[in-house]
Order: sequence, then structure tokens, then C-alpha cells
Amino acid sequence: MLDDIDRRILRQWQAEPTLAPAELAERARVSTGQLARRQAKLREAGLVTGVRAVIDWAALGYAVEVSLRITLDKTQARAFDDFIEAAREVPEVIEIQTFLGRVDIRLSVIARDMPHYQHLYRSRILTLPHIADIEALMHVARIKSDEGLPL
Amino acid sequence: MIDLDETDFAILRALSDDAAQGAGAIGRSCGLSQPAAWRRIRRLREAGVIRGHQLRLNSDALGFGVTVFLGVKLATKGRVSLEDFERAVSAIPEVQTVEHVLGLYDYRLRVVARDLPDFERVLRRRIMTLPGAGEVEANVLLTEERRMGPLGGPLG
Repeated sequence: MLDDIDRRILRQWQAEPTLAPAELAERARVSTGQLARRQAKLREAGLVTGVRAVIDWAALGYAVEVSLRITLDKTQARAFDDFIEAAREVPEVIEIQTFLGRVDIRLSVIARDMPHYQHLYRSRILTLPHIADIEALMHVARIKSDEGLPL
Repeated sequence: MIDLDETDFAILRALSDDAAQGAGAIGRSCGLSQPAAWRRIRRLREAGVIRGHQLRLNSDALGFGVTVFLGVKLATKGRVSLEDFERAVSAIPEVQTVEHVLGLYDYRLRVVARDLPDFERVLRRRIMTLPGAGEVEANVLLTEERRMGPLGGPLG
């Protein structure tokens, strides 16, 4: 299990994943050798699986992001499987999440502008199988997005 | 806006999977020389296509077994400033993402917790006590799949 040194390293590492090892070691108050050994151990244990680049869809021309909260017709035994399979075929879908709660499935959909979104919504979203109800939340701003863990 | 071709898409897919790999490795996977890959990566970074980097953690193995999405409505719009709410909610360590949205709710939060009792503690002590917090809806995340969207394919 993790000790205080691991937690210190993980806290600093997740705060700035591209930090140079020397700087990260200093912030975590460990030697660079100790840092390298601990990082290797965390990777081997599968606790850290790498560093990903996060894409800014707006910079790629996708100015609109909508969160669609979907309730499925659960009388259909394959409702979840059919729906997810079909949603994967829509290129503008960037997230598919399933939930326990009032919402069954949530899709994150990106579009170039509102006319593009309207087109997608009518031709690709509303045509997905077994939808009972659908609610949209329009994304305005991202206030916090580090997705760090409270270690 | 930056104009991208299929090779740029392949580079972005590779960086989304593993941003620690060098230009040499990325070049090999996309059929480019190391200097050519390096120039393209620099161009993508300069255009702001890469918003940031994220350490990929196995939250289950680290003891965080529960992720809950909360829809939060502000109770006293106009009286409490959005900035106050945003500052307070962003300071909660268990809150991983905060999005300002339009629609049924004002904010969408991603909250991580060790288990359901731990989530209840965060909800009661930290979320419900936020300045201006009104109605809250919780949905427990079961599965999650991130995709490369228009760049093609699933995201690792």
C-alpha cells in the first residue's frame, strides 16, 4: 500500500505531470534516485498507467459541447448494449458513461457550431435505439478539470 | 483555426494515449522521421490543440471506488456570486471537475470518494454547505468510455 512518500510524489506528479524529474523530486522532497525508484514501483503496481495529453476540442474548431442525459426504455433487454454500440458509431461522441440513478446514460457530444449540433441531434442522436427521454445540458465553461485524486 | 491532416490525427491519438513518449517513438508509429514528428508536435502545441496533461491513475486500485456526478442548482442566483461558488467548490479535493452548464442545472461536478459512506460525508459536509447550493441530483458512475471523437477510435 502507499506510504507518505508515495502520496507526496503522487500529489505533486498529478498536479503537474510533465514536470522534469529533478523539479518533481524537489517538490516531493525526495532524491531523484528515490523518485525514479518510486515511480517505477507505482507503474509496475499499475497504480499509474501513464500521462495523457488532453485535447482542446475548441482549438480544433468544435466550439459547442453538450451533455446529453438519456433515459432508456428498460423494457428492452438489450437497451444498454444496443444504445452504446450505436453511440460509438457517432464520431462527435467523445464520452459514454452509464449511471445508477435517474439518468441511465450520458453522452458528451461536440459540434462545430449550433447548426452543426442541430443537424447531429436530429440525424444521429435522436435516431439512437431505445431512448425513452433525453435532456441536454449546454456546456458553458470548464472551471476545474484536473481530475486529480485526493491523496 | 489550425488545419490538420490524418497524420496530425494519428499524432494526437498517440499523445492522448501516452504523452511521455518522444518524437522518435511517435514518428515511428505514424511513419514520420523524428524531426518531422517533432515539428508537427510543436505546431500542435503552439496552436493550443493540447489543453494540458493528465496523470493516468488507477483510482480503484488507489482506493477510490466511487465516482458520482452531481447536478447542482444554485438556490440564490443574484445574491451569491458565481465566482464565490466556483472558488469554494473547486477547493474541495474530492471534486475532480467543475463545469458551468446551461439547462436543468447550473453546475455539473465529478466527485470521487472511497465508498458510498465516504461520498455521503463529502456531500453533506462539503457540497450541501457550499454558498448558494440548492437542489442537488446525484448519479453514481458505473462505466465510462472516452473516445477520440472526430480523430477516430477509443481513447486508452
